Amino acid sequence: MTLPLPTRKAEDWRYADLTATAKQWPLPAAERIAVPAGEAFTRNIIADGGITRLSVELAPDAKAAIHILSAGTAEYSRVELDVTLHASANFTLGGVQIGGDAQNREIVTRIHHEGTGAISRQTVRSVLAGHAIGSFLGQIAVARGANGTDAAQSVRAMLLSPTATANARPELEIFADDVKCAHGCAVGQLDAAALFYLQSRGLDPAAARRLMLQAFIAEAFAGADDQAHLMNLALAALERAA
Amino acid sequence: MLQIHNLSAAVADKPILNDLTLTINAGEIHAIMGPNGAGKSTLGYVLGGRPGYEVTGGSVAFNGQDLLALAPHERAAAGLFLGFQYPVEIPGVSFVQFLRESLNAQRRARGEEPLSGGAFLKLAREQAALLRLDMEMLKRPVNVGFSGGEKKRAEMVQMGILDPRLAILDETDSGLDIDALRICGEGINAIMRKPDKAVLLITHYQRLLDYVKPDFVHVLAGGKIIRSGGADLALELEEHGYEPAL
Ligand SMILES: Nc1ncnc2c1ncn2[C@@H]1O[C@H](COP(=O)(O)OP(=O)(O)OP(=O)(O)O)[C@@H](O)[C@H]1O
Ligand SMILES: [Mg+2]
Repeated sequence: MTLPLPTRKAEDWRYADLTATAKQWPLPAAERIAVPAGEAFTRNIIADGGITRLSVELAPDAKAAIHILSAGTAEYSRVELDVTLHASANFTLGGVQIGGDAQNREIVTRIHHEGTGAISRQTVRSVLAGHAIGSFLGQIAVARGANGTDAAQSVRAMLLSPTATANARPELEIFADDVKCAHGCAVGQLDAAALFYLQSRGLDPAAARRLMLQAFIAEAFAGADDQAHLMNLALAALERAA
Repeated sequence: MLQIHNLSAAVADKPILNDLTLTINAGEIHAIMGPNGAGKSTLGYVLGGRPGYEVTGGSVAFNGQDLLALAPHERAAAGLFLGFQYPVEIPGVSFVQFLRESLNAQRRARGEEPLSGGAFLKLAREQAALLRLDMEMLKRPVNVGFSGGEKKRAEMVQMGILDPRLAILDETDSGLDIDALRICGEGINAIMRKPDKAVLLITHYQRLLDYVKPDFVHVLAGGKIIRSGGADLALELEEHGYEPAL
C-alpha cells in the first residue's frame, strides 16, 4: 500500500517543498539502525538534496551521535530522524543547515524516550541567506514510565537577509514523571557591534562574518567524528550561500 | 599624523560633533576630557568608521590619506587602533585566532609577509606579559566573561600585538584597579611612546595622566573642542570641574 503524498496540513510537512517531495514519492523506507546494549554508534550525514531517513533504536545504555551538514546546491534537502531510547541510553544530534537563494532545508526529528533515565541532546544551527527557508521540527515523546528522562533541544538560526525564514517547532508529549525537557530557540542576525569590533582590528567584512558564522555553527559540530572536515565543508558552503 | 578639520557627525540623525578641529603630530600624546555625552566616544567611532556614525561635514587626514574614505579594516591596516570604552564580547571566537587573522590581514594589506603561528604566539605571549594578562585568557572567546578591568587590559594587549601608529583609547582607565592602572599606563608608554607614533587618550580623570603624561589636553563639550592647554589643564579641570570652562 502506498501512502498518499502528504499535504501542508500534516504537521511534519508544513514547511516542506512538496513538489520536490512528489518526485521521490513513495519514499524508500528509513535506514534502520539498532545499537546493542552498551555500544556506541556515530554517523555524519552530509545532505545535499533528497530526503534522508534514519531510524535508530538504542538498547539500554547504548549511545548514538549523529551530525548533519545540510548544504550545497540542491533546492530541497530534508533529513528525518526517528530515535527510540531505552533505559539510560544517550542520543546526541548536532545539525547545521546552510541555505541561500530559494533553497529549503529541513531537519525533522522524533525522539521517543521509552526507558527510564535516558538523555537526548539536540543542537541545530541554521544560517540562511537570500530567500532560503530553514526549518527544524523536533518532536519529543516521553512514554509512560520513562521517568527521569532528560531531553534538551537548542535551536538557533542566523538570518543573513531580511527575506530568509527560519521555522522552529518543538513539540513535547510527556506521560512520565520527573522529566527534564529543555528547549530553546532563537532567531537572530549577526551582531553589528561585534562585526565592527572585528573589523576595527583589521579583518575585512567577509572575514569578520566568516569568523562569527564559524563560531555560530561550531556548537553543533562539537564532539563530532572528523569535526575539522565537517567544518571545512560548512565553511565552503557558507562562502557560496552568504 | 592626524588632521581633523571642521568635523561634524550625526548619530541616528542627531548631530553630535559640530565643527571639531584637532591636529595630532607624531610623537605627541593628547588627552581629551569632557562631560558625559559630550561626544568623545562618538569621535572615536567616527575616526574608526563605525556604521551608523554619519559624517556630515569636514575632513580627516591620516598620514596624508583621506581617512574617511577608508573602510574600518583599511583604517586599521593604515595604523589606526581604537581602544573601546566598552569592549565587545564575541562568543565562540578566540582572541588568539581572531588577533592572528587580524594582524596577518593588516600585514597583507601593507604588503608584508604574514606571521607564522609560532611567531604570532611568541608576540602574543610577550604583549600579554607586558600587561600582566594571563596568556590562557587569550585562548578564551573574545572578552566573554572577562571582568571590566580584564577587558581593558586585553584591549592594551591587542594594541601591543597590532602595533599601531595612532591609538585612540576611549576610557581605558575606567574599571581598572590601582595596580592595573599603573600597568596599563606603563604599557601604553612602552607600546606607543615613540617618535613616529601618537596617542589620543579619552579620559575623565587625572590618574591615568600621572602615568601617561600628555603633551596637550583638550576639553570636548557640545561636540567641539572648547579649550586646549598643556598637562596643567587636566589638573585645573580636576580641581574646578568643567563649569568654568563651559
Ligand atoms: N545610537 C545613538 N542614538 C542616539 N543618540 C546617541 C547614539 N549614540 C550616542 N548617542 C548620543 O550621542 C551623545 C554623545 O555620546 P558619546 O558616547 O559620544 O558621549 P561621551 O562623551 O563618550 O560620554 P561618556 O563620557 O559618558 O562616555 C550622547 O548624548 C548620546 O546619548
Ligand atoms: Mg564615552
